[in-house]
Amino acid sequence: MSRIQARFEALRSARRKALIPYITAGDPAPELTVPLLHALVEVGADVLELGVPFSDPMADGPVNQRSSERALAKGVTLHDVIAMVREFRKRDFQTPVVLMGYANPIEAMGIDAFVRAAKSAGVDGVLVVDYPPEECTQFAALAKENGIDPIFMLAPTSTDRRIREVAQVGSGYLYYVSLKGVTGAANIDVAEVAARILKIRSVTRLPIGVGFGIRDAESARRIAETADAVVIGSRIIQEIEAAGPAQAIARVMELVRPIRAALNA
Amino acid sequence: MQMYELPDAHGHFGPYGGVFVSETLTYALEELLRAYEASRNDPEFMAEFRHDLKHYVGRPSPVYHAKRWSALLGGAQIYLKREDLNHTGAHKINNTVGQALLARRMGKSRVIAETGAGQHGVATATVAARCGMQCVVYMGSEDIKRQSANVYRMKLLGATVVPVESGSKTLKDALNEAMRDWVTNVENTFYIIGTVAGPHPYPMMVRDFQAVIGEECKMQMPELAGRQPDAVIACVGGGSNAMGIFYPYIGLDGVRLIGVEAAGEGLTTGRHAASLIAGKPGVLHGNRTYLLQDANGQIIETHSISAGLDYPGVGPEHAWLKDSGRAEYVAATDDEALRAFHDLCHYEGIIPALESSHALAHAAKIAPSMAKDKILLVNLSGRGDKDMHTVAQRAGIAL
Repeated sequence: MSRIQARFEALRSARRKALIPYITAGDPAPELTVPLLHALVEVGADVLELGVPFSDPMADGPVNQRSSERALAKGVTLHDVIAMVREFRKRDFQTPVVLMGYANPIEAMGIDAFVRAAKSAGVDGVLVVDYPPEECTQFAALAKENGIDPIFMLAPTSTDRRIREVAQVGSGYLYYVSLKGVTGAANIDVAEVAARILKIRSVTRLPIGVGFGIRDAESARRIAETADAVVIGSRIIQEIEAAGPAQAIARVMELVRPIRAALNA
Repeated sequence: MQMYELPDAHGHFGPYGGVFVSETLTYALEELLRAYEASRNDPEFMAEFRHDLKHYVGRPSPVYHAKRWSALLGGAQIYLKREDLNHTGAHKINNTVGQALLARRMGKSRVIAETGAGQHGVATATVAARCGMQCVVYMGSEDIKRQSANVYRMKLLGATVVPVESGSKTLKDALNEAMRDWVTNVENTFYIIGTVAGPHPYPMMVRDFQAVIGEECKMQMPELAGRQPDAVIACVGGGSNAMGIFYPYIGLDGVRLIGVEAAGEGLTTGRHAASLIAGKPGVLHGNRTYLLQDANGQIIETHSISAGLDYPGVGPEHAWLKDSGRAEYVAATDDEALRAFHDLCHYEGIIPALESSHALAHAAKIAPSMAKDKILLVNLSGRGDKDMHTVAQRAGIAL
């Protein structure tokens, strides 16, 4: 059983909803990424999504793009990101880490080399935004063979056929993108999301995480009424950007605490 | 040569092309593919397209024998396909007319586009005005500075030009931004991509709409020169004018196909935009193709005197034509392109676009060593009016 599966099963029996925060590796500074990850676990993160910076993050909004640019300006590479996970694993064996990013840095490293390095560092899942299932058959199979869950997205526009296809290839959890748009876009329609989740549940037993547009405790709580996990990304990045390196960890913890509390309520 | 039937059903040209997008765009691309497949097989749609090309764009564009310039070079005869004479001054309009018709069929009320030199933005704003559609054009703020006349043109045509400040502030960033707009407004918005890149079906669809260039040449060359050319030469940024003129010639084995990339300040300086020659395959903007990238897979900034060639990727079909050996790819520097630009002005009375000047530069390079009865057909993809400021500035003249 993968670390992600184990985590979701434990959550299910504890009747707890998963909180999945996202940060970009290297933002606001490479040496703060591992401490930030530990801090997020301390305030109640169940799974961690760690962004691999990319020069052209087409599916992200301006907040996440600026975050990527800050990390790249510090010279952060995919090798560095994997090394950060290795460092994180020295103190935390339990919390699953999912790398999230774009195909090109992975292909530049080579998919074999990437999967090997990621596995040995303790990466549990990988979500490649511009790898839909049909373009990454080999990559997804290789990841699975090595105990890394390939995680895929579903969108409000995904057809029933598409949901079945994606659910079949994906493992770990499914990431339902609650908005038509990019990361950090406007507000979320809770009723609409609930209806879509019911539909997805009818074809898969995989846990369902919802992201894009969750900005506070209230929206998180309402989404968690139907979803298994709540993903918060841009809102955290925004906080990091506003806080700057010295205050980033404290401010992020402050932001996430009430969201965890709302999910527990 | 075997029958050439690419891309396959999933948009692949060998290992290139495909649909590398996030799930949020999958449905929009499927919808577009269905609409395009239905339209290309609909005689009524094709008749309307051809009618507009004739009466609105001004096609067919002539092929012109550049006799003085050829004589001066002292070798092969150079013929120019005059896409610069099209409405709006470049080949870009062929494609925007096609995609606007498709947008109207699909009931979309708003079109968006990315633009580098501004030619595709102008061509999109033009068809949007004609069809009564709202139009938003994304343009890198660096390019806005370089191409202020085209920015004003787009505004006159009723478009909103949105400056893009992210990344290198050029064409690739404008493309990222347009994609974001599309993901967000997919219900009422049609994204008119200007080149043969992006996710399937764009590379195929843009090629098909531009193929009219080569189809006309195939009829015009025998009339004018008594035969097909020995080589067809076109500049390659994303590669739409080159695909347009190459495609109908792919099956004619005797015709060399030569694409000319921007060597900028020189291939060894690192300041260029020659993705096919100096790049490596990777994934960007929805397709797999040759990319200019660093060792870590980050896309690097490109340089060319012509904004229209200033792009770190290239259409996937060019990647395939390169690997298969059917087309050759070379590069011309800023200086070589400028020399060809001035020569064409002086000896033929034609002011070419700086993009097209790269193709001219390569013709000027190979013509002298060829026999006088050899024929080079160069796609003169656009006119140079938009480049007055750039060229004057190079000469130390403020306009």
